[in-house]
Amino acid sequence: MTPSSPNSRPSSLPALGSDGPAKERIRVMLPPKPSTAQQPTAKLAHPLNAAPTPTPAPTPAPTPAPTPAPTPAPTPAPTPAPTPAPTPLPEPIAASAPQHPVTEFPIKTPHTRRIAIAGNPNSGKSTLFNALTGMRQKVGNYPGVTVEKKEGVFHGSHGEQMSLLDLPGCYSLQARSPDEAVSRDVLLGRQADTPPPDAILAVVDATNLERNLYLVSQLLELKIPLILGLSMVDLAEKAGISVDYKALSELLGVPVLPLVAATGVGLVELKQWFSQAQLPVPATTAPLPEALQLEIQQLSALLKTHSAPTAEATLLLSLAPQDLVPFSPELKLAVEAAQNRVEASGLDPISATVEARYEWIGPICALTVRKPGEPALNFSDRLDSVLTHRLWGWLAFLAAMAFMFFSIFTLAKIPMDWISAAQETLGNWLQTQLPEGDFRSLIVDGVLAGVAGVVVFLPQILILTLFLGVLEDSGYMARAAFLMDRLMSKVGLHGKSFIPMLSSFACAIPGIMATRTIEQRKDRLVTILVSPLMSCSARLPVYTLLIAVLLPEVASWKKSLIMLSMYVIGIVAAFLMAWLFKKTLLRGETPTLLMEMPPYRKPNVRGLLVRMQERAMVFLKRAGTVILALSVLLWALTKYPQPPNPEATGSEKIAYSVAGRMGKAIEPVIAPLGFDWKIGIGLIGSVAAREVFISTMGIVYSVENEGNKERISALSDTMRQQRRTDGTLVYTPLTATALMVFYVLAMQCLSTLAVVRRETNSWLWPAFQFAYMSLLAYAASLLIAQGGRLLGWH
Amino acid sequence: MSAQTLAGLGVGARGKITGFSLTPELKQRLMELGLTKGTECRVLRFAPLGDPVEILVREYHLSLRISEAKGILIQELV
Ligand SMILES: Nc1nc2c(ncn2[C@@H]2O[C@H](COP(=O)(O)OP(=O)(O)O)[C@@H](O)[C@H]2O)c(=O)[nH]1
Ligand SMILES: [Mg+2]
Repeated sequence: MTPSSPNSRPSSLPALGSDGPAKERIRVMLPPKPSTAQQPTAKLAHPLNAAPTPTPAPTPAPTPAPTPAPTPAPTPAPTPAPTPAPTPLPEPIAASAPQHPVTEFPIKTPHTRRIAIAGNPNSGKSTLFNALTGMRQKVGNYPGVTVEKKEGVFHGSHGEQMSLLDLPGCYSLQARSPDEAVSRDVLLGRQADTPPPDAILAVVDATNLERNLYLVSQLLELKIPLILGLSMVDLAEKAGISVDYKALSELLGVPVLPLVAATGVGLVELKQWFSQAQLPVPATTAPLPEALQLEIQQLSALLKTHSAPTAEATLLLSLAPQDLVPFSPELKLAVEAAQNRVEASGLDPISATVEARYEWIGPICALTVRKPGEPALNFSDRLDSVLTHRLWGWLAFLAAMAFMFFSIFTLAKIPMDWISAAQETLGNWLQTQLPEGDFRSLIVDGVLAGVAGVVVFLPQILILTLFLGVLEDSGYMARAAFLMDRLMSKVGLHGKSFIPMLSSFACAIPGIMATRTIEQRKDRLVTILVSPLMSCSARLPVYTLLIAVLLPEVASWKKSLIMLSMYVIGIVAAFLMAWLFKKTLLRGETPTLLMEMPPYRKPNVRGLLVRMQERAMVFLKRAGTVILALSVLLWALTKYPQPPNPEATGSEKIAYSVAGRMGKAIEPVIAPLGFDWKIGIGLIGSVAAREVFISTMGIVYSVENEGNKERISALSDTMRQQRRTDGTLVYTPLTATALMVFYVLAMQCLSTLAVVRRETNSWLWPAFQFAYMSLLAYAASLLIAQGGRLLGWH
Repeated sequence: MSAQTLAGLGVGARGKITGFSLTPELKQRLMELGLTKGTECRVLRFAPLGDPVEILVREYHLSLRISEAKGILIQELV
């Protein structure tokens, strides 16, 4: 066994944070407690620690040399030393959790330390991950932002590389949702492709120590070196809470380090700890009742090949009957027998461990946390009494939404005008510079009309991103979910479904990813199915264009109102469909909601800017790749083959082309909706992505008017002038409305379908989603077109 | 007289948790979130439509639906 193996024990626990000048700085920040903190350590001994801990007391260590000299000899590991010899393989612990190969465990030669960040949701893990790695993981002030593990690289205090794993937040290793299961499986080494980490950085919210320590009490049993990062100490200080982290470190038997990730406080010390040759394994654990300890020991004998048998056994023993279903029959029998014996001794296996842990944590917090007596109404409470008020709450919600759409029209208009002016100038210049011919047509009618036509909408997308970012970072998302939950439960949806649905306003893909926080598979599926009905940012350009066609000069508040109603249509459709699915296909009980309400926080300006920049990059990259390629393709399809008759009009030429023939082919189907075959070409183009509609219409009208002078003008103006063969306008208000509603409801995004396929692990669900959304879109547009006609509108 | 539950408390009222009548999974998760027997909690507010309810427990805010709150048995403190 190499000395850097996580199982070797050093001679002593380094009192981290208690030496060096940095410590002094931190101490200024967190005033030491006058009373309890300064008392001798003997007083700090936990009252419950008198009882024997389930861990074998560490034998007086053989004191490994501080240098990594490989001492193969007596390094008494607190856990049974794993042997690489062929061990009889017991059945995997869960059907979905492949066995971690035994042989991999002791061999870690060219060693890059792997450190996992674990902690409760919303405790600041991703912020810390970003600060250490310089990466840009999404953070947000609500639980469930990180739903996958993310790996990054950082450098220790000697410049050595280490890998850092950002895990989804969890309240307990007893996972209840797919995202929590990811964390559990990584920490317990249940996944074949990811061995257990060499060390754990447990992030603990200083303002909420008690509940955060629950998970820590479980992590301590993993026999993996652990350092406790106390985050949000700045907020704790503001609230008048002080944590005596030195005493906490002594009571927990692990180093404790106060951190403020945003300003970098504590990061240097953190790296120093990770860079030590030997990382100490925690020796203290929460004392569990004797009857439980006995059973845990016996059960863990069955789980020898797991990387943390004791922790696995503890979890198994407290599993509820329902949760035992996926396990192998033998293991299930063993667990049930053990649970029966525990029950016979007068304990409830479901709750005994939980209670024992909190009984251990309670006095620790009492000794180390000092807080002001009765907290006065703080800022969060006062804000909440307005934002969740039965009248003001709704008004604030609507006002925020209305203001968002208003600024999308007014604020974004200025930069959008610049971009389109530049585009026109460039087009006209190219027109004069390039020799007439197919190449000029490709550049001007294909690339420019296609790509630039989409890029114009960048400012709007940035404003939307900023708004959603502020909502997420301030903590308002959880309040919006709180307001809306009654409606959600009425349609049988999970309370947490609201957050994926809100995220889908930016893009359905992160929305669908966020459904991983939902416990029940059926509830998760319903949310995945309806999330793309929420209007995403790719629809924004389509709405804007069609609203401009509809209302050329009208004041922007009217436009905002139309835009708002498109969003409302999407939301209502999502609720109706969810209700329908819960009643039929995915029938099940109305699920529960247990949602932490984080305090309001000031949004992080840097974080918001980073987020906007990333959104812009994604958008521009798409325009430069997918949209560019599609534009060239669409241009070619619109241009060729050319009719034999050189006198043909623009419209006749397009009708002769491949695209034109495709449009004509679907015209009979879409004619009842009031759409002509040219719109049909646009609909075909936007199966790939919604914003391609703009590119396609730009190309179609651009190719059609080729040869005309003064032809480069705003697309909305061109569209408004389009006439059918009988001389009537193509884009009547009725047609434009029907078209907009079609875009609200139709599934036109290949990337979303691909993600749904991945998340549901089947082609069935994306196919079903595509079918139901297309049908819904068709039906709604038909209703508008035909109903409107009957009412005498046009 | 039926036992008092968390759902029966008014805004601002405090209570001590005395037990649960919920599925074992849900009971375990609630306890893991800190709602163990003997823990004090306070009702902060109800959502505008009457459901869910937001409570203060172990220094943090948690919202849960009335249907779950009805399964948390409480002894009101005055
Ligand atoms: N004031 C303060 N805010 C923080 C700190 N760390 C994180 N935050 C904020 O807390 C929220 C949650 O952070 P995040 O990293 O997403 O938490 P995670 O869910 O544990 O990954 C975000 O709004 C962060 O900006 C900190 O040390 N101080
Ligand atoms: Mg995170």
